[in-house]
Amino acid sequence: MTAPIVVFAIGNPSRGDDAIGPELGARLEAEGLAHVAVVVDFQLQVEHALDLADTELAIFVDAAVNIEPPYELKQAGPSRDRSHTSHALSPAAVLETFERCTGRTAPPAWVLAVRGEHFELGAELSAAARENLDAAWQILKALSAGPAAGP
Amino acid sequence: MTEINPLETDRTPGLKRVVIETLTRVEGHGKVTLLLDEDGHVRQARLHIVEFRGFEKFIQGRPYWEVPVMVQRLCGICPVSHHLAASKAMDQVVGVSRLTPTAEKVRRLMHYGQILQSHALHFFHLSSPDLLFGFDSDVARRNIVGVAAAHPDLARRGVLLRKFGQEVIRITAGKRIHGTGSVPGGVNRSVPPAERRTLREQCGQVIDWSREAVHLVRQLFEQNLEQYRDFATFPSHSLALVRADGAMDLYEGGLRARSATGETLFDHADYCEYWERILEDVKPWSYMKFPFLRELGPENGWYRVGPLTRVTSCDFIPSTLAEQERRDFLAFDEGSAARATLGSHWARMIEMLHAAEVIAGLLADDDICGDDLMAHGERQPRGVGVIEAPRGTLIHHYRVDERDQVVRANLIVSTTHNNEPMNRAIRAVARRYLDGRTLTEGLLNHIEVAVRAFDPCLSCATHALGKMPLAVELADADGKVIDVLRRDGG
Repeated sequence: MTAPIVVFAIGNPSRGDDAIGPELGARLEAEGLAHVAVVVDFQLQVEHALDLADTELAIFVDAAVNIEPPYELKQAGPSRDRSHTSHALSPAAVLETFERCTGRTAPPAWVLAVRGEHFELGAELSAAARENLDAAWQILKALSAGPAAGP
Repeated sequence: MTEINPLETDRTPGLKRVVIETLTRVEGHGKVTLLLDEDGHVRQARLHIVEFRGFEKFIQGRPYWEVPVMVQRLCGICPVSHHLAASKAMDQVVGVSRLTPTAEKVRRLMHYGQILQSHALHFFHLSSPDLLFGFDSDVARRNIVGVAAAHPDLARRGVLLRKFGQEVIRITAGKRIHGTGSVPGGVNRSVPPAERRTLREQCGQVIDWSREAVHLVRQLFEQNLEQYRDFATFPSHSLALVRADGAMDLYEGGLRARSATGETLFDHADYCEYWERILEDVKPWSYMKFPFLRELGPENGWYRVGPLTRVTSCDFIPSTLAEQERRDFLAFDEGSAARATLGSHWARMIEMLHAAEVIAGLLADDDICGDDLMAHGERQPRGVGVIEAPRGTLIHHYRVDERDQVVRANLIVSTTHNNEPMNRAIRAVARRYLDGRTLTEGLLNHIEVAVRAFDPCLSCATHALGKMPLAVELADADGKVIDVLRRDGG
């Protein structure tokens, strides 16, 4: 996969508001943007570092619980935080893994964290999450327009 | 179901509790409670896990043919294992006792791809920081740094090995996640020749790296023998699938249980009636069940599953390089590594090497590209599928009604089998390293190293940002917190 922009849409679609990431990923894929590669997965892991090869911008989209609704957007840089020994990496740890494994500088990255409320197995997206998701969709579209566009 | 161990509800005045919230570096939803006496000695250790609650409800009412796909959403760590265990159970539901050669080999390829990628992640990224950079003394740290310097591309190898395993999964299951390749009665795709060639070209490198990883763990044992030999180590019974001839087989076989002293408790037991051998206990302080060997009872019948059990229980490994490594492992230091909890890491790398050899063998077999994908039989009301997942024995049991809907489901996952052994490991470590009054990063690291040897899967596939803080609380018997240690998650 080599596209200028890679979007990681993270979450389990069967766990309530954890589906925010995959839902936004599906919307973006439906746009059919040639310059955007969408990677949907349950959680980030080391192999996602390989998806950063030859990209100019990375966007991580995930549900979050400790932010104000509807979403929080912030830049991320490579960092070897404690998640590097976990089954689920942080975006910063994925970027750091990329640099450690390739010797190259990680692309600029944004983390789009969308507020979720409930994460029970088999639950649907909550009404609040749907509102937050719709708000986040606008900023994701703007980000996906290209590195020069910014948020 | 059973009498509760008095220690588990012990409210004796003067006892204190140490609560370690959320073992972030293991997974996101664990908590450890240490119950101390007035002298600061650890009397009980409990690993609390928010386990796979709601699975049965999630599955009930669904048509049986959907189950192998939907169970992958139970777990983001080992979805392929659930995919295949459910498929094996549903094979029985559709009356298929023998798959076509192509179907069985494609499924095996998928499974060993999962074993390889999971073991690679665990060793190269989850455990090697502990092992290479030390969790104890400065002396150990100095010794280990030399090893790390000799292996500068360890992280890269881990990523590429995992990527290889995931490519095997993608090609056999159809997708990187939520694959649909395995279906009741067979598979819905075989391996395309072009992708088979691409994978075969990489096999030599994958085997070489896997073998070097085995040797690296051996080197770590040699350099830290005194610490590794005893760390979190305790005797336990064991359970694993073995092939009819006693060989390691991670996809299919009969159940073999051995006692802590090495006696065979049962062998080649039919897993379709696993309840004749295994029962599950419940305890008031944990959502997790506590499986035990029926003939030994709940107090003494707990057992261990996983790589260490499998490597030490089988009569041989049916691949050349891995079998040689198994022999060396068993012979090392008069068998001390094979008894040690940290021996799990060594055994895990032997299994990774075996998986690499099996994958190479299957990729050389033309059957994987065949077109006879499905077998058929007479519909049955019940199915049990058992597989050796990366972390140990995984049991799926379903009952399906005449409308093809699942009306009952019971899952016993690897981490549940290892519930009591993990508690024992934590207690062993805490007794040695806790001074009774102060919570330290060092103690937490040691507990995490002990738990991580079992590679528990506690994530339940939910990892929303901000859901992984780590807090350690020291509280008295009345619940009053007297010390707190907190870490932020990633």
